[in-house]
Amino acid sequence: MPEAYNAKLRVYRGDASGGTFKDYTVPVEEGMVVLDAIHYIQREVDPDLAVRWNCKAAKCGSCSAEVNGHPSLMCKTRMKGFSPDETITVQPIQSFPIIKDLVTDVSWNYEQNKRIQPFTPKKDTDWIMYQEDIERVQEFRKCIECFLCQNVCHVLRDNDRKDAFSGPRFMIRVASLEMHPLDDADRLEFLHKEGGIGYCNITKCCTEVCPESIHITDNGIIPMKERVVDEYYDPVAKFLKKVFSPKK
Amino acid sequence: MTEAKTGEAAKKPLFTTQRTDNWQKGPLAIATVFTLFIIYATWRTFENQYFEMGNLLSPFYSPKIEWHLWTKVWHLSPAILILWIPAGFRATCYYYRKAYYRSYFMTPPACGVSGYKGFQYQGETKFPFVFQNLHRYMFYLATLVLAVLWWDALQTLFAAGHFFNFGFFQVSVGTLVYFVNVVLLSNYSFGCHAFRHLIGGRLDCFSCGEPAKTSLSFWEKVTKLNEHHQLWAWCSLFSVAFADFYTRCVASNAWTDQILFQVQQVVQ
Amino acid sequence: MSNYEIKEHDVLVIGAGGAGLRAAIEAAGKGISVGLVCKSLLGKAHTVMAEGGVAASLGTVDSRDGWQTHFRDTMIGGKYLNNYRMAELHAKEAAECVYELEKWGAVFDRTHDGKILQRAFGGHTYKRLCHVGDRTGLEMIRTLQDKGVHSGIDVYMECTISKLLKDGDKVSGAFGYFREDGRYILFRAKAIVLATGGTGRAFEVTSNSWEYTADGQALAYDAGADLIDMEFVQFHPTGMVWPPGVRGILVTEAVRGEGGRLTNKDGERFMWKYLPDALRGDYAADINEANAWVNDTLSGKLKTDYRRPPELSTRDNVARAIYTEVKEGRGSEHGGVYLDISYQPADRVKKKLPSMYHQFKDLADVDITKGPMEVGPTMHYTMGGIRVEADTQMSKVPGLFAAGECSGGMHGANRLGGNSLSDLIVFGRRAGRGAAAYASNISEMPKISDAEIKEAIDELEAPFKREKGHNPYKLQKDMYAITGSCFGIFRVEADLKKGLDMMEELNERIKQVGCGGGKNYNPGWHLARDLRNLSIAAEAIGRSALSRKESRGAHSRLDFPDTDEDQGHENTSVWKDGDKMQLAKTPLPVMPAELKELLKKKEVSHA
Repeated sequence: MPEAYNAKLRVYRGDASGGTFKDYTVPVEEGMVVLDAIHYIQREVDPDLAVRWNCKAAKCGSCSAEVNGHPSLMCKTRMKGFSPDETITVQPIQSFPIIKDLVTDVSWNYEQNKRIQPFTPKKDTDWIMYQEDIERVQEFRKCIECFLCQNVCHVLRDNDRKDAFSGPRFMIRVASLEMHPLDDADRLEFLHKEGGIGYCNITKCCTEVCPESIHITDNGIIPMKERVVDEYYDPVAKFLKKVFSPKK
Repeated sequence: MTEAKTGEAAKKPLFTTQRTDNWQKGPLAIATVFTLFIIYATWRTFENQYFEMGNLLSPFYSPKIEWHLWTKVWHLSPAILILWIPAGFRATCYYYRKAYYRSYFMTPPACGVSGYKGFQYQGETKFPFVFQNLHRYMFYLATLVLAVLWWDALQTLFAAGHFFNFGFFQVSVGTLVYFVNVVLLSNYSFGCHAFRHLIGGRLDCFSCGEPAKTSLSFWEKVTKLNEHHQLWAWCSLFSVAFADFYTRCVASNAWTDQILFQVQQVVQ
Repeated sequence: MSNYEIKEHDVLVIGAGGAGLRAAIEAAGKGISVGLVCKSLLGKAHTVMAEGGVAASLGTVDSRDGWQTHFRDTMIGGKYLNNYRMAELHAKEAAECVYELEKWGAVFDRTHDGKILQRAFGGHTYKRLCHVGDRTGLEMIRTLQDKGVHSGIDVYMECTISKLLKDGDKVSGAFGYFREDGRYILFRAKAIVLATGGTGRAFEVTSNSWEYTADGQALAYDAGADLIDMEFVQFHPTGMVWPPGVRGILVTEAVRGEGGRLTNKDGERFMWKYLPDALRGDYAADINEANAWVNDTLSGKLKTDYRRPPELSTRDNVARAIYTEVKEGRGSEHGGVYLDISYQPADRVKKKLPSMYHQFKDLADVDITKGPMEVGPTMHYTMGGIRVEADTQMSKVPGLFAAGECSGGMHGANRLGGNSLSDLIVFGRRAGRGAAAYASNISEMPKISDAEIKEAIDELEAPFKREKGHNPYKLQKDMYAITGSCFGIFRVEADLKKGLDMMEELNERIKQVGCGGGKNYNPGWHLARDLRNLSIAAEAIGRSALSRKESRGAHSRLDFPDTDEDQGHENTSVWKDGDKMQLAKTPLPVMPAELKELLKKKEVSHA
């Protein structure tokens, strides 16, 4: 059993007007995660330390933050992963404006979902779907909306192109609808124009940070990019599509 | 309104991060290896010699263009006429894009590390990167080249000038080098994201009719390869360079292509 | 007086889990203005944690299933204390509601012939749980969320309601604050639907999420509604106990189903000691037979000649056994018992129990293929809640509706697995419909008095003014001590009385809770408010438990271990009378003869 020790944490304290890192010392118990350490600080030192959390079981995707610069769910980041003499830095996710301490304003993401045409079933369907047809869709539907992918995506993060690109979360949301065997709507124009799929340069950070291990790029964004190519860049594919499937 | 939604990171200079791990290592290693490969490939392209010996023909110079017919119009290395295809295939490859956007363009250099902000980021929506969308055409061309490379590999199974004469069947070190190369190249090529889309990914329903069901079985196989696209990309990059290097060494008489197995002694 | 925003809606739904979203969608579908108040961000509600599935008698896997059997199973599971009409509506409408989800984009796992796949679960006669792997709740909430944002509902995220307002006896609005900056908001509404979930956070060891602070129960109680059956709190026998950070998180029953062995610190497989004599014959006689059963299961045999291991006894019995072992000093290092599956090949464990493997690995750094888990009972579900009228879900207060876990009656004394998710959609829909109909019959917005608003604001501001006020986190810990030791899984009169006395003392201190900092996203302030709600729930649980002098379903009295037929005809009701909680027994609604017939039959036919 590891010896008990006091961990050093640097936690961002501040709001929209500015802030700074504050140092805390937290006694580490076995099996502790970073969120436990934050709760300890709330309970024993600063009751007003702001943090979002709900289930503490990696199912709701609320406690997103950056721990030593790594976008992660705090409930899943074990203290054991750090050496006792290391200072652990905890800061809010960096792509969205800060509200207070570890809490950011992620409302922009909720606006994106509204722009996506919802599931539109085919007319007169008998609702028969086979497992092999929905496997792809189910992978995307594992998403817990922690927005870590939105946070780490450099298009939103560094370049702040929220005006042009909906972000990885909503690319796979569209993918889950587009690949649905019974969906009848066409969202390629959205992807190509408002959604801004062309802004993604598939540098895959979204996939690296996904706590649900969804293959956001390989299984979601890239297949969608290829469908957009069919429609907007590849004259042959466009022609064949016209000839062989006059109706969608 | 947009201003209000800006996060902290957008205001930070290049390479700002709270990461404490050695995040520079990956992009640096990739940049180094890429650069070395590009230097080597460029040098070999323009060297225009030591690419053929007996039944070995360097993949950089294959297909062999009978350039004595061409010399009136083309004075440079024939490799130039060939290499743009595999180079273009890799340059537009979804894996390599990730690698070089990170290592060379620093958009971003690593996850959670501030990227280069000296230009208005346009992604792959504008020239030149909008051409990445034509990856599938590079795939078509690269597949033709790959077929030729398979042909070349088969050639190494027979003594020079005796192609498909089983009386002259042989296996040399060169044979192994060439076959390993084409297998790796095939695993790379047929795990291509664009191919995965064309072979079945474009369908919404895999169970709707027999053709779709066939597509599903192909798509599943391509998916298996695609899951390790990065691995195949690197392995095949090394193998193709090594196949060329091996050929060069043999052609320049530095090495001899050791025969490992032979049906009969061939006396020339 | 501080400023506040004002919003007006015909129907205001408080709570945005499965039931709240479903209610909001239904009401919005009637073409009226609907507001949805969400304590967290949208889509984070506790519904996301539901794993097993949603129970509905589709009969896609076993065609013998039908609503009658589902009804019967639910009543038997609830020890006949359910509101029969709710159980009936639930059984009849669950299937329709599941298909509705599919039409809105939910993607359930499929059978070989392309229909919705159903799995078996405890207490359900046939395979009945429609599911998506082990993340059914997520699928449901995401489907409803996506449907909801396109239904013209106004969503107020990270908004907490602290008080319901009334015009005479009728509901007229709600007052609350936004977490973000602590600004106040007044909702004027003709009808209000409460869908705030359970009371789990009144207990330290719980599988429930942070939000389960009994808000709906407390709001309704304050507004004059009855809470019924509050003594029925479901404890799941196996929750994680170690490390401390994950204490209470659920360990699925499937671990035992796959052959998991329960042992105490002496290595004894204690479950044999706890099998009721009458049922002993259903279980393996000794370790050899138990092992043989497991071996048959491992080899994939559908039928085995051996009897099952004693670990597969009923939930209440296993919970009692674990509790007793620990209490008598034979518990594990950290106050649980050992549950071991590591004797089986690691690959098999990972394949059969992927989520458990990852849960222990990711959250606790325990490799369940290499060593035992430590488990103990964890608070899981609140059967009791706001008394509502079955068809419309309206409470005693006109215009106030409730659906989902915060309402009572549907599950009686014990809930079957899978019936909670179906409860949400069936009664969410009914509450939305009921509220919309009620609101449509009201022409003018009910009035709201300034005095009420001032009172609400003063109440919220008070903790800031108490410089020497009690630390809310400390108070919460003290409440945990009371609920854990006195209102827990096994109850005796002396403990319950002691607990209620301690609650009374604690309530006085809660009235003196203080918090530092400002109003911007201040968790200490939020907790200060939540504590009040939790204390109401805890007191209601304690009082109701004390009044039920029998053991029934989830309510186990050590001093009254038997079920008493006479007490099976009455609900326990509590309500607010001035500053005091009143309690009375109220008779169960009388079941019509044709439903009674269904309960008698061993096999139910579905015409």
